[in-house]
Amino acid sequence: MRMPRAIFAHPSGRIGGFIVGLYLLLAVLGLLGLTPHDPLMQYRIDRLHAPDSTYWMGTDLFGRDVASRLMMGIGQSFTVAFFSVAFAALAGTVLGLAAAWFGRRWDGIVMRVMDVLLAFPAILLALLIVAVAGPGTWTSIVAIAIVYTPIFTRVVRGPALSLKAREFVDAARTFGSSSSYILTRHLLLNLVAPLTVQITLALAWALLTEAGLSFLGLGTQPPAASLGLMLSDSRNLMETAPWLMIFPGLAIMISILGFNLLGDALRDIFDPRMRRAIA
Amino acid sequence: MIPLLSVSGLSVGFGRAPQANEVVRGVSFELADGETLAIVGESGSGKSVTALSINRLVDFGGGRITAGSIKLKRADGSVLDLTAASEPQLTRIRGAEIGMIFQEPMTSLNPVLTIGTQIEESFRLHRGLTGRQATAAAKDALDRVRIPDAARRLKYTPNQLSGGMLQRVMIATALACNPRLLIADEPTTALDVTVQAQIMALLAELKRETGMSMIFITHDIGLVAGIADKIMVMQNGQAVEQGELNQILDQPRHAYTQHLLQDVPHFASGRATRLDGSREKAPAADPALKVNDLVVRFPVKSGFFGRATGAVHAVDGVDFDLMQGETLAIVGESGSGKSTTARAVLGLVRSTRGSFSVSARKAAAGQSALPIQMVFQNPYASLNPRLAIESILAEPVIATGGRVDAAARAKMATLLKRVGLPENSLERYPHEFSGGQRQRLCIARALMLNPSVVVLDEAVSALDVSVQARVLELLVDLQREYGLAYLFISHDMAVVERIAHRIAVIYAGQIVEIGDAKSVLSAPKHAYTKKLIAAVPTIDRRREHFELDTRQVPSLVRPLGFEPVPSRWEQFGADHRVRVEA
Repeated sequence: MRMPRAIFAHPSGRIGGFIVGLYLLLAVLGLLGLTPHDPLMQYRIDRLHAPDSTYWMGTDLFGRDVASRLMMGIGQSFTVAFFSVAFAALAGTVLGLAAAWFGRRWDGIVMRVMDVLLAFPAILLALLIVAVAGPGTWTSIVAIAIVYTPIFTRVVRGPALSLKAREFVDAARTFGSSSSYILTRHLLLNLVAPLTVQITLALAWALLTEAGLSFLGLGTQPPAASLGLMLSDSRNLMETAPWLMIFPGLAIMISILGFNLLGDALRDIFDPRMRRAIA
Repeated sequence: MIPLLSVSGLSVGFGRAPQANEVVRGVSFELADGETLAIVGESGSGKSVTALSINRLVDFGGGRITAGSIKLKRADGSVLDLTAASEPQLTRIRGAEIGMIFQEPMTSLNPVLTIGTQIEESFRLHRGLTGRQATAAAKDALDRVRIPDAARRLKYTPNQLSGGMLQRVMIATALACNPRLLIADEPTTALDVTVQAQIMALLAELKRETGMSMIFITHDIGLVAGIADKIMVMQNGQAVEQGELNQILDQPRHAYTQHLLQDVPHFASGRATRLDGSREKAPAADPALKVNDLVVRFPVKSGFFGRATGAVHAVDGVDFDLMQGETLAIVGESGSGKSTTARAVLGLVRSTRGSFSVSARKAAAGQSALPIQMVFQNPYASLNPRLAIESILAEPVIATGGRVDAAARAKMATLLKRVGLPENSLERYPHEFSGGQRQRLCIARALMLNPSVVVLDEAVSALDVSVQARVLELLVDLQREYGLAYLFISHDMAVVERIAHRIAVIYAGQIVEIGDAKSVLSAPKHAYTKKLIAAVPTIDRRREHFELDTRQVPSLVRPLGFEPVPSRWEQFGADHRVRVEA
């Protein structure tokens, strides 16, 4: 277990790791329904109740507890982010490895398709896909996965190309090692570091994209909660009930900060030139 | 008389606690006007850091001078302590009073600027020349380093010039302002041996012409014999011995200097060849490897549709055979096709034509035998950094469809022990090993499959000189023990002399001379072999001057369908053939 210790030893890794860990805990509690109140229960008498000891973050227009809905929303947003990044990383790795390994025509086709996808702004492309397929949790996951696949493809293809030309791959060929062995042990194993860093950063972007989609009403559908949806609902009540906007907004901001700090730390930890400076 | 440079008690450290991480400790030396000091040492000895401290370039690499003084006598006669000089002062001194040339001429020049612009910059900065004056000065500078056709070459970008030419450009730049001290940090290490000889000759001539002092840093004690007045030997950050050239070379006192002079391969013109396994004594048998008319061509494509308009004839009709237990060394300079030959034999490069026959050894029960294995040049790049040694050694077994069972594990342990690595190596990772140890690992890996032929592509070139000697010994022992045939690719004559039974000299894709090692090295017949051998620096040839030769290697790009004229051979002695040049 060298990794957790290394993250803990890194200053921004410590903060990032703590934030991400906290969010994960909140997400799990939110998904299991272990919230202070029922996030869907409407306490009609306490509509737009300011934060106090009962409702830590106040209540919304329907009298639902904001703190509980925030936990539910974090659970929802993280689920979408994790699944979409997992799919994107998987597809991107396979495509990037294939492009690097087969080269020539394959490389050309794969990378041109990725260039086309990259030419669209992320949120626009995601919107387009959701608009065609219809809103919902699973369509958001697929849309965000498609949007972030090109980034993983590029992150994998470059290093894979240079690894392919390294002498240990030549050496493996002289023993007659199979392509699948070379791909998994010599290429993929050496790609673990850049992929881990990229996954951490992509999680932050995916959270933002999910929030954006939900804000526009194309992601998570009510009455379920998500961070973007909560922000969207608070729009018209900004002046009367600012807590409706402040808490989801802060939640999004801090989570992005956490993932970015963790990503920076992982990048340093995997960089052999930095290894000694940290340890 | 004040010396030009006087360094006393110099210590340099790195990192946040420079005092604790000192890589140079208490080095002192003096350098008079017009004198050349050679600093000799292996990697990590602190020789480059010492030199970089003199012009304080070490500051930019994160180093800090922790103790000592560096006193430079300036042009006006005043003495300045460089350890206390301010950065603006240092900027004026660098280039104007202390010039420097580096190891890699290819990376020391900006690739997008013409060499003219880059030389002129030095004149602009230090002498305030502009426009046509600066251009004229740059042309003179190129003339001075014997670059033919200097006026036209000023408009070239670095990629249009060879490594030797670029190093001359670097020297021209460094000498632009007539510095009184030139620091040369391994200026010829990245160059071919004949080019190295030319650069050394040029430096010696320039030194005579200008009367400048020089600090010459090298790992090759044989190289300094022709140029240095004084030698300082460094080991682990300390100067272990210093003195006059002849005194150090003839009566070395320190054990490490003696080791550098005696145990390290030095070229001895065929007097140090191996005595075992001569061809005449061995009974005629089937060769372990026979290569017939090997041809490797790479198409040259041009035009919009990428049609092949010619071909690079990298290897053009090479044949040789290799007996069991024998070493054939293929020597030649970069671009001669020696590595391509090796790669083609292993199938890493597709050969255009030609045939091999390999006599596979009888495979023992349960072991499949791949008859040819290879050890690569760079021990840092040829082991996957993310795999433990056990997985690395298991790979050949898995690749050939074997199982990693008790027998395979026993073989790993035996081989590790045989190549001289500790028993606990199996669980460790490549980065925990030194360069020499990694190359031992690569050798062990190559032997996992019981090959009959091992191709060693510059296998000891990346190693420190004293490590080189030990790996060569290991290779010779293994050859005797397992009856291996080696195809040893190298540019280093001193190394080749220690390990080869036979030598093939390759030039422009063709073998020009092949034969018994002793015969080829002591009595070379082909003009190219003679030139190659004459260029090898040795301790014996002190102060010998080389002719400056600016000829370039011929282009290997030929039109489509070009076939070389079949070679005619002239025989000298029982086993020594030379190609007859038309």
